[in-house]
Amino acid sequence: MSKAKILLENGIILDAEANLNDKTVLGELVFNTAMTGYQEILTDPSYASQIVVMTYPLIGNYGVEKDFAVSKKIQVSAFIIKENSETPLDGVMSLSDYLLSNDILCLTNVDTRKITKIIRSTGSINCLITTGEITDKHRKMLAEYEFPKNVVELSSEKKTEKFPAIGEKIADFALIDYGVKSSIVEQLRLAGADVTVFPYDVSAETILSGNFDAVMLSNGAGNPKDVNINTIKNIIGKLPLFGICLGHQLIALASGGDTFKLKFGHRGANHPVINLETGKVFISSQNHGFAVDEKSLPPTATITHKNVNDGTVEGFCDKSKKIICVQFHPEATPGPEDAREIFKNWVKSVSRENAHA
Amino acid sequence: MPKDLSIKKVIVIGSGPIIIGQAAEFDYAGTQACKALREEGIEVVLLNSNPATIMTDDDVADRVYIQPLNVNSLKYIIERERPDGILAAIGGQTGLNLVTEAYNDGILDKYNVRVLGTSIYAIRKAEDRKSFKDLMSEIDEPIAKSEITDNLDDAVKIAKNIGFPVVIRPAYTLAGTGGGFANDEDELKNVVYQGLAASPINQVLIEKSLFGEKEIEFEVMRDSNDTAITICSMENVDPVGIHTGDSIVVAPAQTLTDKDYQKLRSASLKIIRALKIEGGCNVQFSFNPKTKEYAVIEVNPRVSRSSALASKAAGYPIAKVTAKIAIGLQLHEILNYVTGKTKASFEPTLDYVVVKIPKWPFDKFGYADRKLGTQMKATGEVMAIDRSFESAFLKALVCLEGNVISFRSEKHEKMNREQLIERLKVADDGRIYAISSALRKDFSVEELHKLTQIDKWFLYKFQNIIKTERELYTEKFSVELLQKAESMGFTDEEISSLTGKPKFIIDTLRRAHNVYPVHKIVDTCAAEFEAQTPYYYSTYEEDDENIISNDEKVVVIGSGPVRIGQGIEFDYCSVHAIQGIKENNCESIIINNNPETVSTDFDIADKLYFEPLFIEDVSNVLRQELPKGVILQFGGQTALNLAPKLSERGIPILGTSVASINVAEDRKRFEMLLSELKIKQPKSTAVTKIEEALKAASKISYPVLLRPSYVTGGRAMKVVFNDKELIEYMREAVQISPEYPVAVDQYIEGKEFEVDVVCDKNDILIPGIMEHIERSGIHSGDSFCVYPPQTLSETVIKKALDFSKKIARALQVIGLMNIQFIAKDDDVYVIEVNPRASRTVPMMSKITKVPMVKLAINIMFAKSLKSQGYGTGLLPKTNLVAVKAPVFSFQKLTDVDIALNAEMKSTGEVLGIDNCYEKALIKAFMASGTPFVEKGKVLVSVRKKDLDESISIIQKLQDLGFTVLAGECNKKFFDEKGINVELIDKSNTSEIARQIKSGEIKMIFNLPEKDGNTNAPDFKLRKLSVVYKIPCFTCQDTIREYLKAWEYRLSNPYLDYKTIEEYIK
Repeated sequence: MSKAKILLENGIILDAEANLNDKTVLGELVFNTAMTGYQEILTDPSYASQIVVMTYPLIGNYGVEKDFAVSKKIQVSAFIIKENSETPLDGVMSLSDYLLSNDILCLTNVDTRKITKIIRSTGSINCLITTGEITDKHRKMLAEYEFPKNVVELSSEKKTEKFPAIGEKIADFALIDYGVKSSIVEQLRLAGADVTVFPYDVSAETILSGNFDAVMLSNGAGNPKDVNINTIKNIIGKLPLFGICLGHQLIALASGGDTFKLKFGHRGANHPVINLETGKVFISSQNHGFAVDEKSLPPTATITHKNVNDGTVEGFCDKSKKIICVQFHPEATPGPEDAREIFKNWVKSVSRENAHA
Repeated sequence: MPKDLSIKKVIVIGSGPIIIGQAAEFDYAGTQACKALREEGIEVVLLNSNPATIMTDDDVADRVYIQPLNVNSLKYIIERERPDGILAAIGGQTGLNLVTEAYNDGILDKYNVRVLGTSIYAIRKAEDRKSFKDLMSEIDEPIAKSEITDNLDDAVKIAKNIGFPVVIRPAYTLAGTGGGFANDEDELKNVVYQGLAASPINQVLIEKSLFGEKEIEFEVMRDSNDTAITICSMENVDPVGIHTGDSIVVAPAQTLTDKDYQKLRSASLKIIRALKIEGGCNVQFSFNPKTKEYAVIEVNPRVSRSSALASKAAGYPIAKVTAKIAIGLQLHEILNYVTGKTKASFEPTLDYVVVKIPKWPFDKFGYADRKLGTQMKATGEVMAIDRSFESAFLKALVCLEGNVISFRSEKHEKMNREQLIERLKVADDGRIYAISSALRKDFSVEELHKLTQIDKWFLYKFQNIIKTERELYTEKFSVELLQKAESMGFTDEEISSLTGKPKFIIDTLRRAHNVYPVHKIVDTCAAEFEAQTPYYYSTYEEDDENIISNDEKVVVIGSGPVRIGQGIEFDYCSVHAIQGIKENNCESIIINNNPETVSTDFDIADKLYFEPLFIEDVSNVLRQELPKGVILQFGGQTALNLAPKLSERGIPILGTSVASINVAEDRKRFEMLLSELKIKQPKSTAVTKIEEALKAASKISYPVLLRPSYVTGGRAMKVVFNDKELIEYMREAVQISPEYPVAVDQYIEGKEFEVDVVCDKNDILIPGIMEHIERSGIHSGDSFCVYPPQTLSETVIKKALDFSKKIARALQVIGLMNIQFIAKDDDVYVIEVNPRASRTVPMMSKITKVPMVKLAINIMFAKSLKSQGYGTGLLPKTNLVAVKAPVFSFQKLTDVDIALNAEMKSTGEVLGIDNCYEKALIKAFMASGTPFVEKGKVLVSVRKKDLDESISIIQKLQDLGFTVLAGECNKKFFDEKGINVELIDKSNTSEIARQIKSGEIKMIFNLPEKDGNTNAPDFKLRKLSVVYKIPCFTCQDTIREYLKAWEYRLSNPYLDYKTIEEYIK
């Protein structure tokens, strides 16, 4: 354990303890309100270049298991928790060891509720964490820090890979990986889709010539406006198009709509979403800092879901262009599984059987 | 869908008297529900027999019926009120059962009353074991292998088929009454026998035991549009096998991975949907951490104790939202009252840990079976909140007030390894201390886990506490160590005793380095949104969220967990105190820790602090708030006990001065005061040693009443008849608290009565006198009592009024005071003065329409009694007659002797009101669950000294057509008197049991030679009455009045059920 300091963009300095020595990390500071699922959060590529604060004070209780990771590595730049409350676990890796082996800085013994309240009032904020004292150099580094515009490039897989459906195959999906959670791929496969995962910069031609039934745009990190959407523009209307999170935002941009940055985003496992068709509310897992501007969408688009808390767009469809997309995370991991059915509906809707019928 | 406009008037059913398994949580739920309905412009009619509740206050419903909860009363009220709907889901099992019964009787259909919220169909599905099992298999949710039976032979076959150990669960009972575990055939037969008797439909479920697995609960809500959400998960620290009401519970669940958590969450949503519940519901699971398999243990299709806990733990008012759903609103249309911006259709997320610990009554019943199992025994519970498990847990221990201010009990410290191993294997109320003692003796977590089945995560956390304790004990004391210990939840007192540093050093360090807790807000959303609610807990962190206003403020100290002798009445008083403070345009602040109550609802006081009522925690609040004063007289003995300590710290106490409190509480000084005032009192001597006690007793002459000073609920009070009993008592008393003296009082057999007095320094107001039906010697909390008095002479009443005035003036009482008297002929003795609100304040406030607590508060705000318009002196009686009946929980505390004595045993009370004494009496008996039996046999067993007096009762029984059975000695006596009774062999318990079960023996009248002797044949008789639920009277006065009511019924079968106002007129 060493001492560490957190320097926020607005000048506030907080003391904490760190798991590593000689480390300085920069990133956008965000909070997540989920009470379980810390490993899923750590490995979610949408958190690339972000420093995540967990609002629940006890993290580490049940250790780390291989199956829970939603990507190949820890994605967050650093992790801030009130207490690592792990205890010896028989044969299960501890959170400390996991973070250590991934060389990820984790701060403890800090008032995480205070940080959350700061973020709530100022909005998402950049910060610098160092295991040394804060110097002018640090201040300068933070002042000059910019969230990487190529974060999607950094988190996307570089090569194409095909995953077979689990159970009976009913459709062929192309998935564009902007930093995909493996659980999205898994849910599509469980719903009966063969899934071919393409890097973020795949061309429209490659996809259109691939004999796919539909295209899925994955989640991912950063500002959607930093992502090249030419491929999407060229696919729209030609193949059924689905999107989740960043994928949903990119579809909006490609359809001529706009996105904006939320004050401090939605990150947690308790976000209520209303399905405007049924009037039913379900609880969703969310992780996004940007949202689709409702008014900017073309008249052919229909809003299908809204966030009950702040009324932001949680999903829309455009039948004329065979688009369906959602802002929340129906794959869960972590969080509620209430919306998992969506995958089955999507895959079924484009299955060949369906198409013939 | 917005609210259903066809619902204009709703009848709400309360849960009746407090019993173990159904306590203050339903007052909280009921009050919330009524308020929620009225907010929507709905007229609310309320039926509840419990006068000690806030929900039966005039301003909670449009019309309040304090009447027995039965089909007759409900029918009567429905007939005259014609409500559009009935709300059953907030009155506990009692409410559900009553509505189900009324539905079956066709009453609801006849008067077009809709069951709002959860339907009868859903109730049946969830409550009937068989249909529940079918439904679970239909929707593919796993449950433990089980079968239902209505007889013993099948039970054996089923158990053999499933494989021992098994759990036996009777259908339709409270808190698992009559249920239990069986490891073999013999045990099985016993439990099934009891279980069948306990079940109103004679049905039990035999189920594979999941003993030792994790127990997880989810509170779930669903609306009419099928939106379903979970409010809170809870994990029992104690494994499956111990009733959740008797388990230490932590929220949220701590040891589940997200995957497992979501699995159980999804299952609970699936279940609430399948049951089509509209409102709140509780789902309990067992979870096997090795196989990752789960099973559904139970579903409660209504609000419950767990939902009250979840409401407080998560800041989400489940009962309120349930009521809104019942009238058609949907979750996304209902406001989240905490944020004031977001909607109720979200799932609360916590950024703290909540620990609940049950409060058991074993400190009162030293001889009771303390073992915990599927039958709930706790009377109440405490809750603590903090940012770490260790500190939330330690705070909760302190909340219990068991003289424990640390994770340590001397009794368990003294045990050696072997003794501890034995104690650890058995789950009882002290096991948690056996764990701490074992950790100190270096038991490994592994070993403890094997012995207790408690998840290792919790055991490691307990070990952390012991490690810090060791550091305090062995290492050099430093600010860092102090900081660490404080944030882990250690009390200063414990730190002082471990480090050997005097308190002033710790105080100085704290002050110099600002080692004080900050207060954070419970906001349902982990600070994601700004919260409007002033609901605080303390923690040692950086950021203080406490907003201290500049307004004048007054702090009310609550009464902590519900226990025998200090129940919901004090919560009622605390709530009224808060309302009174607000009415005086002053900021009101409450400190309390009972999650079940109304006072800890976050919209009652201007500020709520959820904290132990321990001087250190209270001081931490007061240090920040700097109130105008603190009010102690409404929080029972718990609050009053803080008086000397607060006054030492210079905190202003509003109301009666600490000096006066001391005079009233200190037996010796009180004795001197009364003799100065020339008020008669039983002769009394305070003693601390056995020899002194013997001397005193011989001077006063036996029988004598023994009682320790500073007590509540007659704890350890006893009438003894000889030296042997006296020595026995003194030995125990000295052991418990050697610093406080014991009073040896002359025992005067006479009429007991009591008054609650509102006092300013000049005048007093007595709204009414309550006459006890049982003679002196039986605790006032356990006796029937009647307002206005029926047999007291004018002289006695005048003397009582005069004495009350004198005492009030002498003690300069400001606020409330309770005085207990004995009248022997025209002599009046004062036996007790409590310088605080008493158990009878809510009841008297209601039946006399004098808001006593509010008058008392106004007096504290310098308004004279005269100026308040309620008059002074003794108020004239009205046309109303009210009879209070005690209600006991003997069904749960199976080893507790039901014979009444000076020690309080009842857990709750009901009120019978009418214009006529006999009718009020009939209602009181009915409401208390003492049925009017049909003619048949009465088993009589009377102690020698009371045989003469019992003759009239025996004759009355015979006149009424009962056949009297008696044992040999009694029969001989009656024979001599020419009274013909039938002989029965009292030692033949099985024959008596057979006759009771077959319905031949209808009731028992037993005056035991000595109570508490579990081997005596009489004790077994009394126990049989509990098992088979037949009336058993242990005082001649009770049975005399019972027979009076019994007879009156024959010629006056018609009762009306009206409101208090109607009877007063």
